[in-house]
Amino acid sequence: MHDATLRAPAASAVHEPVVKAEGLSRHFDVSAPWLNRVIERSPRLILKAVEDVSFAIDKGKTFSLVGESGCGKSTVARVIVGLYPPTRGRVYFEGTDLQSTHGRAEASRMRHRMQMIFQDPFASLNPRWRVRDIIAEPIRAFGLLDGKEETERRVDELLELVGLAASDGAQYPHEFSGGQRQRISIARALASQPDFLICDEPTSALDVSVQAQILNLMKELQREFGLTYLFISHNLAVVYHVSDTVGVMYLGRLVETGPAKEVFSRPQHPYTRMLLDAIPDLDMTGRERTPVAGEIGNPINPPSGCAFHPRCPFAADRCRTEIPRPITRAGGHRIACHGIEENRIPDAVPPYQPGAGSVA
Amino acid sequence: MDAELSNRPVLQVQGLRVEFPTRRGVLTAVDDVSFEIMPGEVLGLVGESGAGKSLTGTAIFGLLEPPGRVASGTIVLGGDRIDNLPHDRMRRIRGKKIGAVFQDPLTSLNPLYTIGRQLIETITTHMDMTLAEARQHSIELLAEVGIPAPERRIDQYPHQFSGGMRQRVVIALALCTNPRLVVADEPTTALDVSIQAQIIRVLKRLCRDHKTAVLLITHDMGVIAETCDRVAVMYAGRIAEIGPVREVIKNAKHPYTHGLMGSIPNIGHDIDELTQIHGSMPRLTEIPPGCAFNPRCPHAFDRCFVERPDLAQEDKSQVACWLFDKETADA
Repeated sequence: MHDATLRAPAASAVHEPVVKAEGLSRHFDVSAPWLNRVIERSPRLILKAVEDVSFAIDKGKTFSLVGESGCGKSTVARVIVGLYPPTRGRVYFEGTDLQSTHGRAEASRMRHRMQMIFQDPFASLNPRWRVRDIIAEPIRAFGLLDGKEETERRVDELLELVGLAASDGAQYPHEFSGGQRQRISIARALASQPDFLICDEPTSALDVSVQAQILNLMKELQREFGLTYLFISHNLAVVYHVSDTVGVMYLGRLVETGPAKEVFSRPQHPYTRMLLDAIPDLDMTGRERTPVAGEIGNPINPPSGCAFHPRCPFAADRCRTEIPRPITRAGGHRIACHGIEENRIPDAVPPYQPGAGSVA
Repeated sequence: MDAELSNRPVLQVQGLRVEFPTRRGVLTAVDDVSFEIMPGEVLGLVGESGAGKSLTGTAIFGLLEPPGRVASGTIVLGGDRIDNLPHDRMRRIRGKKIGAVFQDPLTSLNPLYTIGRQLIETITTHMDMTLAEARQHSIELLAEVGIPAPERRIDQYPHQFSGGMRQRVVIALALCTNPRLVVADEPTTALDVSIQAQIIRVLKRLCRDHKTAVLLITHDMGVIAETCDRVAVMYAGRIAEIGPVREVIKNAKHPYTHGLMGSIPNIGHDIDELTQIHGSMPRLTEIPPGCAFNPRCPHAFDRCFVERPDLAQEDKSQVACWLFDKETADA
């Protein structure tokens, strides 16, 4: 159904991650205007949205970032895709440093291979354009196909690929439901034949039954085209379902990364344990949940040392002063926590056993 | 509370029908919905957007926006009909006998008044208390919902509270007159998971302590599983299935409930593909004849396309589905 040029399998046997972020930071200046600062003698305010984040995603795999609102997960997505330049750190795409791609041609060659799917399918589609023009835009912008007919054929193909009818291309976005609009967003993202998709809360605005349709579609497309995903969500169950590896973020930093099954069945960092414990239990095992104390700190003025220490039941003096460096455990499981490093945190009672507890 | 009173339902909704007259004809958004809630019981109302769950809550409140109207059915609160009351009488019931918790705690609090003023105003309007007593009562309530240093926080404005704290204030506000019923419409949807768990706990504990009945409206099955005693699943304006929460979640009968449960990803369940309900919920203008779920139902047969099923007892739940009908079983 698709021509061979759509996706030539990578011949290289070299194990090179598709995307790699190294020490990525992004700060925002949120100070009052200069005059106010002078009059009120207020200092500059720097919001450290993302601080020293590193990860790598292998080809055909899904890496998810999970965390509560304001933890910086969407900012990471925007830095990776190039919507914000990083304050510090580097982003590599197939080994090429994206910051060093000078010149339009080179940059655009890179850019069309990464695409983004946004949360709100009502805001991310131009309401004045017909669906077929929305989907054709990346093809035209990157000059991927010549000729009107060829472009039209490709758009029809894309529409059918995401489960819509070719005739739907003549409609406007408002004529579609939320789920269908998200399908249009996916078709648009696939139009430039990307290798890497960044999905920022792609199903958060959708009802559960529609969410299931979109998640299934995304998995199917990944299998078919060997796509690599960076998936961003606050919903841990969705993250568990789609991910190969996950990264848990708290106030701009990655506190724990590792294979999804490992992180979810043997969570190490106290924050990860807390998050997992907070999810309502659909299996109704009557598992007693420990109440979660406190709320997420202020990112403009984060707590000293480990940002999680005010909410952490295991916090010690060192946690209040020193920022923990990530330590690596077996299987690439990385945790940034003094308590884990010093072995003074008891093993968690695993709330979830992979494979166990299937619904009757 | 005496035994007789605690054995009678707090709220009885019978055959509720909410309509919207439009230029293209009358749309029925809530159709023949019936349920009751006992004192201290939490009834969940779950469904996807547009299923009519929030409108059911709004109708109980008597706050339907015209041209929406209750076309038929009765709503009885503590033995008295409240669906046909004039505006000013309903105002006295709202706030006193029915408390409300809405999704967005920022829009349900007045940003120009301190939270103390909002609590005291509500208490003195509905209850026989002096200002000093009302203030004392407010401070106690704020402590009860878990706000630290309530005697200081009471004089602060809503913007000085975080989202989770604001929702606690809204819960205090809903419970400050000791209402018989609290309608909570998506109370945790705008909050992060860790805060969500805290709020559910507070709401549940308070309602148990005060023997308040709760109608909890949400799209989140996890919240339902965690909080409710019974649950009603709504689809296209009607109740598809109603029963004890464990029964509905673990032993779903209606094909819609079944599909809905299968479509929720769950940690620890290693499945490659989620169950999918094909298509989407019909618009109000396009509700098919017969069972509204028939175009998406994998088990639909002749009868589903012509005749509309009513709720009927099946095990511990009630299900509106022809699959469980005696005649179907005999045929």
